[in-house]
Amino acid sequence: MKIIVAIKQVPARDSAVRIDAAGKWIDEQDLTFEINEPDAYALETGLLLKEKHGGEVVVVCAGPERAAPTIREALAKGADRAIHIESGDLAAIDTLEVARRLAAAVSGEQADLILTGLQSDDLGLGQTGVVMAEILGIPHATIIMEVEKRDGAIRVKRELEDGWFQWLELPLPALLTIQSGISKLRYATLMGIKKAKTKEVRRVTPAPAAPAGVFLERVFLPQRKKETQMIAGTPAEAASSLAAILKSEVRVI
Amino acid sequence: MSGVLVVLEQRRGAWNRMSWEALAGGQQLAAETGQPLLAAVAGAGLKELCADLERKPAATAYAVEHPLLEPYSADGFCAAYEQLIRRLDPSFILFPHTYQVRDFAPKLAARFGQTLVADVIGLHVDGGRPAFVRQLLQGKLNADYRHSGAGPCFASLQSGACSADTLAEGACQVETFTPALEAAQIRCRTEAPVRAGEQTVDLASAPLIVSVGRGIKEKDNLPMMEELARALGAELAASRPICDSGWLPMERQVGSSGQTVSPKVYIAVGISGAIQHLVGMKGSKTVVAINKDENAPIFEVADYGIVGDLFEVVPALTAAVRKVRGA
Repeated sequence: MKIIVAIKQVPARDSAVRIDAAGKWIDEQDLTFEINEPDAYALETGLLLKEKHGGEVVVVCAGPERAAPTIREALAKGADRAIHIESGDLAAIDTLEVARRLAAAVSGEQADLILTGLQSDDLGLGQTGVVMAEILGIPHATIIMEVEKRDGAIRVKRELEDGWFQWLELPLPALLTIQSGISKLRYATLMGIKKAKTKEVRRVTPAPAAPAGVFLERVFLPQRKKETQMIAGTPAEAASSLAAILKSEVRVI
Repeated sequence: MSGVLVVLEQRRGAWNRMSWEALAGGQQLAAETGQPLLAAVAGAGLKELCADLERKPAATAYAVEHPLLEPYSADGFCAAYEQLIRRLDPSFILFPHTYQVRDFAPKLAARFGQTLVADVIGLHVDGGRPAFVRQLLQGKLNADYRHSGAGPCFASLQSGACSADTLAEGACQVETFTPALEAAQIRCRTEAPVRAGEQTVDLASAPLIVSVGRGIKEKDNLPMMEELARALGAELAASRPICDSGWLPMERQVGSSGQTVSPKVYIAVGISGAIQHLVGMKGSKTVVAINKDENAPIFEVADYGIVGDLFEVVPALTAAVRKVRGA
């Protein structure tokens, strides 16, 4: 089974972010970057499928130079090789363009399955995988919790709202967007890290970008929807103030 | 090209309530851009359901009817809506940001060479051009997105982006639209939806909820939260990562993929407040947030906030609550 996993590099989850001088994105200086968490689960799903059914896992990533260590880490975890689509212009292109680049980079691979996370932690548009499937002309399923390989097909458990699920079967090749938290993520072993240094990372330059149909005009701090009363003091002082509020103002205890 | 088309959602003959919020967004956009409001719903056997549309503010609503549209499939819905949109040629197509929409709307937009502006939390129009407000970085920042260039604009509205209470009463003409579909176009085979396990806790009716998030760090720290919940007489709930890790059962998860709750008091501990969590608890009467990050988005919806280390604040709060209750 040949599996492609599309990953993205995003600011680390606990990053303190500042709006940049132009007010159009965040100041990327001093930020650390890591694999987008849902994509880490997509990679894990791909590696588990390979271990069970054999085959190859190829990682593809559209990102600037700084994405290289994130790609190397995916190789250290067990991916066989990688494609790095040199994209220093992510802030200037829309999802359709990102999906076009990813689709173009993998279209010659004849993969059986393409996996990616259900959304990115930075932009959260949640559609790169779906659009990639449309461009490649293959079926897709989103927000997937479990994957079972069948003969020439794949049976998957899709999450619905309010605690409901649904199983569906898709013919291969297909694309799945993977939900976070569906398996335990592995760490790269020392041996894996050593091996990753010799694995192939093919660099590709994307075709010139089409003009973005959707663009980010302005970034700003969210406005408070409520007047929040901040309770100050030491933990003990704040806790007893809050307990008093719960008793006398909110009247629940 | 003219018109604001709102795609409504039904499942087995029942409306998804987010449809009406999306329609309210469409009503606002139509009024502010001076275009007609249109609506559509896809499925099989929609006649009875569509009677509900007659008093809605849209000029025309299209019942997109075909036996192959039940059950839902991304292939079927994309093919059907593509035909409707090509016929109506609207300027805007709005959706409720449901799991179903997340599954097919990006594909549909791509067929028109467009990117869906997904998960929109607010809408404002200036100079006849809408700006769609979205969250970035799990709610740490907001951003205005705009559509430029030729072709229709596709956007999906998150729960709460617009209020269904603003919907005017209207006289809407319901028309049936029959798309050309063939069984071979639908590549996946779907099974009936299932619900995981029996519900043993009813968070929806709990008056007090203590909810725990990533900030708790380890499962071994949960007893501290259980103790606080016990002292308050509250139910214990959690954000998604806690249930994903198996630290608490899925039925205690609050958010878009879990329970929707509206207690008198919701105490969010170590929860940053991503939109997926907020939509599940925004009906709470009073929200208390305890978080070490003063910029955590949970404080935007909190009535009371404590910025601090939960490992110090929570035991102190448990003790303070016991003291107040005289226990």
